[in-house]
Amino acid sequence: MHGLVNRALQGFLIDTYGEVTWDEVLSQAGLPAGGFESMLHYEDRLTGEVIVAASAVLHKDRCTLLEDLGTYLLSHPNQEGLRRLMRFGGDSFFDFLQSLDDLSGRARLALPDLDMPDLTIQHDSHNRFVLSVRWGLPGAGSVFLGALRAMADDYGALAFFEAEEGEDGEERVVIDLVDQSFASGRSFTLGGRVA
Amino acid sequence: MIQDRVIGLSGTALDQLMPMHLWVGPSGLINRVGPTLSRIAARDLRGQPLFDVIDLHRPRSARTLEALLSLQGARLTLCLRCRPDLQFRGIVVGLPAGVGGLIQLSLGLSFAKAVDDCGLTLKDFSPCDQTVDLLYLREANAAIARESRKLTERLQRARQAAEQQALTDTLTGLANRRAMDAALLALTEVPVPRFGLMHLDLDFFKEVNDSLGHAAGDHVLTHVADILRSEIRGGDIVARVGGDEFVLLFRDCDDPDLLEAIGARLISRLEEPTIFDGQPCRISASAGSVLASRYDHPTPDRMLNDADVALYASKNRGRAQHTLYSEDLLAPLRPN
Repeated sequence: MHGLVNRALQGFLIDTYGEVTWDEVLSQAGLPAGGFESMLHYEDRLTGEVIVAASAVLHKDRCTLLEDLGTYLLSHPNQEGLRRLMRFGGDSFFDFLQSLDDLSGRARLALPDLDMPDLTIQHDSHNRFVLSVRWGLPGAGSVFLGALRAMADDYGALAFFEAEEGEDGEERVVIDLVDQSFASGRSFTLGGRVA
Repeated sequence: MIQDRVIGLSGTALDQLMPMHLWVGPSGLINRVGPTLSRIAARDLRGQPLFDVIDLHRPRSARTLEALLSLQGARLTLCLRCRPDLQFRGIVVGLPAGVGGLIQLSLGLSFAKAVDDCGLTLKDFSPCDQTVDLLYLREANAAIARESRKLTERLQRARQAAEQQALTDTLTGLANRRAMDAALLALTEVPVPRFGLMHLDLDFFKEVNDSLGHAAGDHVLTHVADILRSEIRGGDIVARVGGDEFVLLFRDCDDPDLLEAIGARLISRLEEPTIFDGQPCRISASAGSVLASRYDHPTPDRMLNDADVALYASKNRGRAQHTLYSEDLLAPLRPN
């Protein structure tokens, strides 16, 4: 697993629950103190072990934990860069949803070795979308559920989300887009943030 | 001929297809400006003479509409006179029936600056335009570069910390001063310390370094280290504590004669010349030793200091010899 994925998990647990909790998670998972480096690769098993340990330490079921992770990734100030990259997907939440087909391709453009899930978005009916997610670790659907919720807020759209189990380990998120301009949303300018 | 059949496009369709176009009429005045280009210019360009609006950088020759139209299909480099800092790429085609020409522009490498300065949004780009992908990539790459930089900085700090904590002398592979200090402290802290400490300083090493160079000096130090290592027992310690200074710690040693014998043997072995680059390097060594058993409560400082006194006694007597510390060595220093 790419270090960025583990690092995202680490950032989520530290920024939300503090360093002490993170140290506890590492020790429960039997991992050395400190944490992950974003530009290194780690065995997939480690990511799974951290999720299991965090779920135990925080008394949260896996799905809730991963949903919170998804929301954190696109709404916490420390992850502003990621939110911005997602906003490149479209000018409205509707366009953004359509652009999810391109998300993995775009990410691989920047980081060819990043473990991105396979994503397919289907526009079922007037305002109903189904996102299918397939990934090495179970739970990516929950991450996307939380992430899409955060993005709907970001665009100021009103939408309802529901997780579904698909076939052969596929996970689905069903999106009912009720109102595209429900609230003003957060501002986004194309230019601006490059250090 | 179907391929040359003229098509009519509404202005809106033109704007959608080519949001950065300039339509020039036969008189050389601008008829229509694409919405994104209008936004970049931040003024109404319609009705103005083309060459008052654009500055053609390459090819420089064209100064009339006719000359420009003769460049149909060629790559143009130009900027708007009101935005000389943004260089565009362009292409021009002639319109049928003498109604002028159509210039299509792209931001080229100015994309980032144009987007930053002109407040362009996703809507300003045609879905066929890859500028947004470029912006995405630029931002993603900057974020990745930041992460890599952070990693490099952390590794750099870790390396420095590791070097500071290192216990080995990198040139000779012997223990370093830090390792020797720790070992000496441990040896003195047992209930009844019984060990010998020898301070050894090379003679004529500076001469070798000065006459044959640093590489020869390094060669000699490595050679010295090999000899010292071969002369000690398993649990003993030999450390390089300075440029050409060494400290040896002999465990379970309480025999002055044994120390004298080791000192003499070490010196005679070190005096055998070693060859570097065909040149013999000749050195010797002076040494001073002390036994822990001669103190009621030996401390590292005290023992190192007394070994030093013995070493300088060896030097004062003409170098290339070993001296065991005794109170008598201090006598000449005392008045009277």
